[in-house]
Amino acid sequence: MGEIKARGVSLTFQTADGPVHALKDVSLTIGKGDFVSFIGPSGCGKTTFLRTIAALETPTAGQIRVNGMGADEARRARAYGYVFQAPGLYPWRTISGNISLPLEIMGFSKAERRERIARVLDLVELSGFGGKYPWQLSGGMQQRASIARALAFDADILLMDEPFGALDEIVRDRLNEALLELWRKTRKTIGFVTHSIPEAVYLSTRIVVMSPRPGRISRIIESTLPRERPLEIRDTPEFIRVAHEVREGLREGQSYD
Amino acid sequence: MSRALPVLTVLSVIVLVWYGAAIGLNAPWARDQAARAGEALSPRQLVERTMTQERPVLPAPHQVAKGLWDGITGQKITSKRSLVWHGWITLSATLAGFAIGSLAGILLAVGIVHSRVVDLSVMPWAVASQTVPILAIAPMVIVVFASAGVTGLLPKAMISAWLSFFPVLVGMVKGLRMPDAMQMDLMRSWNASRAQVFWRLRLPSAMPYLFASLKVAVAAALVGTIVGELPAGATAGLGARLLSGSYYGQTIQIWAALFAAAALAAGLVAIIAGIERATLRRMGLAR
Repeated sequence: MGEIKARGVSLTFQTADGPVHALKDVSLTIGKGDFVSFIGPSGCGKTTFLRTIAALETPTAGQIRVNGMGADEARRARAYGYVFQAPGLYPWRTISGNISLPLEIMGFSKAERRERIARVLDLVELSGFGGKYPWQLSGGMQQRASIARALAFDADILLMDEPFGALDEIVRDRLNEALLELWRKTRKTIGFVTHSIPEAVYLSTRIVVMSPRPGRISRIIESTLPRERPLEIRDTPEFIRVAHEVREGLREGQSYD
Repeated sequence: MSRALPVLTVLSVIVLVWYGAAIGLNAPWARDQAARAGEALSPRQLVERTMTQERPVLPAPHQVAKGLWDGITGQKITSKRSLVWHGWITLSATLAGFAIGSLAGILLAVGIVHSRVVDLSVMPWAVASQTVPILAIAPMVIVVFASAGVTGLLPKAMISAWLSFFPVLVGMVKGLRMPDAMQMDLMRSWNASRAQVFWRLRLPSAMPYLFASLKVAVAAALVGTIVGELPAGATAGLGARLLSGSYYGQTIQIWAALFAAAALAAGLVAIIAGIERATLRRMGLAR
C-alpha cells in the first residue's frame, strides 16, 4: 500500500481569460515508501498535481491510481494525510483536540483516540503539549502538531504542500531532520512540494522538477544520497552534485519562454 | 480611577449640556407665564421655573430621574402607572420576538450556506424585508393578527422578530462561511460528512459572529416591540407609555419611559455579552 500511479494527467481550468493549462500530460509512478519532492517555479502545477493525487482536484484527462483505486475512492478510504503550508489548527481546540478531530470524524473509539494522540505527539516530539491551545505554541511547533494530525489515522500516504515554507531556516532545518526521522520510522510514502533546492535534495529519494505554462514534468532526478542523512551531508560533493542537477533542470524548464 | 475620570467627565458634560438645553427650551414658557401674571422675573427665578414645570419642553435630568424613580418604586408593580409593569410587558414580547427572530436567522443562515438555491431565493427577500419602514408595517401586522383574534404578546413579538432576525442572518452567514478553503480541503481529505463539517468546523467558527449579531438583534427586538406597542391602542408596555405621554403632553413620562427602555436594552446586551465571554472562554477563544 502507498503506491501512486499517474498516467497522462492533464488539468485545465476554465477562467475568464481563457483556459489555463495547470497540468499537461503528467505521468509519474511513486513507489511505496518513496519520498518524492516536487520543485519548480510558481505556476508549474506542483501544488495542483499534489491536490489531484489527493482528489481535491479532478483531472480533465488521464488517470490516477492510488493503492489500485481511483484517487477519489482512495480519499474516501482515507489513504491520505494532507499537510498544508499553514498549520490550520482550530483555535478552539487544544493540540490534543486538534489531533483528535480526524479521528472523531473517522469514528475511532475514545480509548483508541487517546492512545493514538499520545503516540503521534511522541512522534513529533510534542509530548506534554497536548493540553495547550495552538496560540500558546510557536509556529514550528504548530506545524509539527499539524503533521501529527495527518499521521494520527495511519494513512499510507503523506502529502505535504510547502509545509515549512512559512518558517525560518533554523526551524526548517530542525523540522527537515525530524521529518526524515519520522519517515524512516513510519515507512510512509511522502509527496512533498517545496521551493527550496536544498530542502528537496536533503529530503528526497526522488526529485521531480516541474516547469510552467503548461505545467509539466521537465526532469526526474534519482537521488544517489544514502537514506541515512545527517544535516552535514549538505556539505558533501555528492549533495552539491545532486543540487546542481536540480538547478540545471529548473533552468532548462525556464528556457521555453 | 484613571478610567473613572474620563467616564465621569463625559457624563457630567452631557448632564450640563442637558441642563443648559432645558433652561433654554423651557424659558419662553416661564417668561410667558410671568408676563401674563404681570411678574418681573429675576434670572435666578427664571432658571428655577424652567426646572419645575409640569409639562416642560425638555424636562431637566433630575425631573426625569424623579419620574423614573416614581415609576419604578413609587407604584405597586401591578399598577398601570408602574414602569416595572410596563417594562415587563415590553420585555416579555421582546424576549419572545428575539427568540423567534434569532432562531429564524440561524436556520435561514444554515440553509443559505448549504444551498445555492436557498441563498438565491431567500436572501433578496430578507434584504427587502428590512428596507420596508417598520413604522408602516407594524400597524398592519397588528391589524391582521387582531382580525384573526390574536392580540397581546404574539403580534408584537412578530414585529420584534422581523427586526431581529436580519442581523443574526447576516452575521451567521458570514460566520458559517469563515472556514477558509484550506480548512474545507482538510475536512474533505478526511472524508468528513456535511454534518460533521457543520458541527465541528462551521458552527464553532461562527460563534464570535453569532454573539456580535445577537447583541445587535436584541436591541433591534426591543425597538420592534416598542414600535409594535404604539398602534396597539396604547394600553400596555413602554411603547404605550411613550404614546400616552405624547397624547397628554407628559414629557416627563415620555423621557422616563425612554430611559427605562434604554436601561432594558443595555441590560439585555450586557447579559448576552456575559454569555459570550463565558462561552468563548470555555472554547479557549478568549485570551
